[in-house]
Amino acid sequence: MSFSTVVSGAVEGIRAGLVHVEADVSNGLPVFHMVGYLSSEVKEASERVRTAVRNSGFGFPAKRTVINLSPATMRKRGASFDLPIAAAILLSLGEIREDSMKGCLIIGELSLDGRVRKVPGILPIVMEAKEAGLTRCIVPVENAGEAALTEGIEIIGVRSLQETTDFLNGIGEIKPYKRKRAGTGKETAPEKDFSEVRGQENVRRAAELAVAGGHNLLLIGPPGSGKTLTARCIAGILPPLSEEESMEITKIYSVMGILDEKEPLIRQRPFRSVHHTATRAALIGGGLVPRPGEISLAHGGVLFLDELPEFRKGVLEVLRQPLEKRSIQITRTCGNFTFPADFMLVAAMNPCPCGCYPDMEKCTCTPAQIQAYIGKVSQAFLDRIDICAEASRICFEDLTGKAKAEDSETIRRRVCRAREQQAQRYGGKIRTNSMMEGEEIERYCELGAGGKKLMEAAFDVMKMSARSYHRVLKVARTIADLSGEEKIREEHLREAIGYRMIDKKYWGRQQGW
Amino acid sequence: MVKEQGKGMKYEFWLAGLRLSSRKKCLLRQHMKTAENVYYIEETEISKLKFLTETEKNTIRQGQKGKDPGEAYEGMLGKGIQFVPFFTEEYPPRLLELHDFPYALYVKGNLPDPAARKAAIVGARRCTPYGEKYAVEFGRELAECGVEIISGLARGIDGMGQRGALLGGGRTFAVLGSGVDVCYPREHIGLYMDILNQGGGILSEFPPGTPPLPCNFPTRNRIISGLSDAVLIIEAREKSGSLITADLALEQGRDVYALPGPVNSELSIGCNRLIQQGAGVLLSPETLLREWQICFSASDAKEGKNKKMLETTENMVYSCLGLYPRDVDRIVEETKLSAPEVLNALVSLELKGYVREISKNHYVKVK
Repeated sequence: MSFSTVVSGAVEGIRAGLVHVEADVSNGLPVFHMVGYLSSEVKEASERVRTAVRNSGFGFPAKRTVINLSPATMRKRGASFDLPIAAAILLSLGEIREDSMKGCLIIGELSLDGRVRKVPGILPIVMEAKEAGLTRCIVPVENAGEAALTEGIEIIGVRSLQETTDFLNGIGEIKPYKRKRAGTGKETAPEKDFSEVRGQENVRRAAELAVAGGHNLLLIGPPGSGKTLTARCIAGILPPLSEEESMEITKIYSVMGILDEKEPLIRQRPFRSVHHTATRAALIGGGLVPRPGEISLAHGGVLFLDELPEFRKGVLEVLRQPLEKRSIQITRTCGNFTFPADFMLVAAMNPCPCGCYPDMEKCTCTPAQIQAYIGKVSQAFLDRIDICAEASRICFEDLTGKAKAEDSETIRRRVCRAREQQAQRYGGKIRTNSMMEGEEIERYCELGAGGKKLMEAAFDVMKMSARSYHRVLKVARTIADLSGEEKIREEHLREAIGYRMIDKKYWGRQQGW
Repeated sequence: MVKEQGKGMKYEFWLAGLRLSSRKKCLLRQHMKTAENVYYIEETEISKLKFLTETEKNTIRQGQKGKDPGEAYEGMLGKGIQFVPFFTEEYPPRLLELHDFPYALYVKGNLPDPAARKAAIVGARRCTPYGEKYAVEFGRELAECGVEIISGLARGIDGMGQRGALLGGGRTFAVLGSGVDVCYPREHIGLYMDILNQGGGILSEFPPGTPPLPCNFPTRNRIISGLSDAVLIIEAREKSGSLITADLALEQGRDVYALPGPVNSELSIGCNRLIQQGAGVLLSPETLLREWQICFSASDAKEGKNKKMLETTENMVYSCLGLYPRDVDRIVEETKLSAPEVLNALVSLELKGYVREISKNHYVKVK
């Protein structure tokens, strides 16, 4: 048989599609042609495949060989087509049994000696294969664990081209890769525990509230007051992932090729800390064919921006839309890509360039300097922050004395309870209090007579905007959930007001007149 | 007479606008009899003037080459700015006592009433809420008793003192280091307008349009102290412009009072040192009022033992606060209450108007 087809797959954005690799070996001038809208790294496959085939003990005939990758409308990139191309050629040459390829997807990179190397994006491709009704996937052995996260499809992990052909010819036997049962791997302990945060009652509480309701959090404080430590501790109090969320996140990480070989399934909510030199594309995703950025890698978890005013202004502004929509749409000439980006934002900053404001005895900044510093973060961005808290300067007693503070596990239990309450209330439509919008706020944040009066007074005295008013209500809802109460009470409102984001206008200014 | 004077006034205006010291301007005018004569002075005569240096002579020559002063003079009047040279009746008599009195004042609004008592309230630009509070309080209470408040419209204590005077319904006068039509700092434009609307005035010895150059400020300080009967220093660092004002005030024979502050507060070092050196201790506005024998109503709403209807937790939290900002954690530590409880009390106190959040989670007492 001179013509043969092998099924493989490719990823575009984070969506996978099946690719048919066709090979035709016929008499004629000995050339190796590859067509099908290929990028240069795919074209290079010809050299790798030819050498790998020869080094695996097969003769490569001096015949006219044409390879086509279809659909031709899809741009193919990466080295993951090496193995299917080799398989298609061997199939055409009759080295592989014809019927063995039925219902089988094959993917992998080849090295010159015929070994199979791992490739990124396996998980979405295997899921796509299952959708398409295929029954077996041959993948690099390093990717087998990741591929096996998809249930109901046979996963064969291979080490070399030789092993692949032997398996297909029924000579050697490879046992299908068995998926480890979910939950067998223990969650790794978070790197920082809240018991390490001494003092800082205010910030601890704010962090707990933020996680419980999925609220965006801003920590303000002098240098060395433990803002970064607190933020890192937040990773340890995030609620566990549901199966569904876990798969969603693993898919993104699969595309980026950064999954752990032994424990491919992501069971912990991601915590992504981004340095302030990050570019727009690094943050939201981008590239000629867009790849997910940090905000998508933080999907379901936390995106931590330290030294907020140091970020280039344009970089922060691009976050505004994903913060509202919880996904990001990137448009390039090759098409539209939508990446999930449902993250909780945690940001940290100093109150002024020297960090000491409002301690006027230490602060050496002029009001104009403070304004300029704050001015680097736009009001529109700050408007998207629900909870703002101050991390106070740490004094000596905090560092040395006193018993250890409450640990992350205890806090996490409370957070989980509050999240469960929210899940029950919203029934899947939205997940957390922070996602509430107009109608839901009206329905679930009903205030008593006293609460209404309180909010009215607060609205006037603190010069709130309609937006900050709603944010206070949402945070109050979370506080009520944490204390296990059905109704939002006045004390919940007052606490929420205490954590509201203050308006930039009143920042660093002498107020009151 | 008035008309005649008006005609000559444009030359006076021209002379006042020259960048010469006021003493030299006076000498020139004395020598030439009128400012008009100075304007039309011949080259041969300029070179004969022995009391001028060569650069000063050049300043006059340059000045002569400029446009007709009439136009600029009319333009200034059109903007509602008065021109008050030292020899006019309106010129504040107290300033003439100074050895380096300003040759002329440019005035927007009114000049201080020579009959009224005047106090200057000056201090640090970057001040603490403590200084802020007392600047306002002294300004207000003195203004309520008819004392006119003189200051420099600067950020911090100056502006707060003047704001206080306005709250007390009194008149206040700002002496600027720029032209009277230049509001510096810009964010004080509201204060600037309120001062004018409430019968006060903006004064400067610099011609309209002069930018706020750093070198102008020490010289304007002598006018602030010169106009006043007493100078009140509210907060000053160890090296502070306010201390220059205090020195000038002493030279001019004005009383100097300083508000004592905590010994560990950097912003009170200057004040405490002044007190050590013999300045009046400013304990309350009554100190001054008594000195000046101005009647005041026995203060009714004095702070201290005021019975506020507060709950126990609120009371506990309130008692931890002062005029220097405290943050939530410190209060948590002191009261042994939980963070939510403290925040609850603080917000409720804030809504009642007892405390103010001056920066995120930093609170000060206001009442």
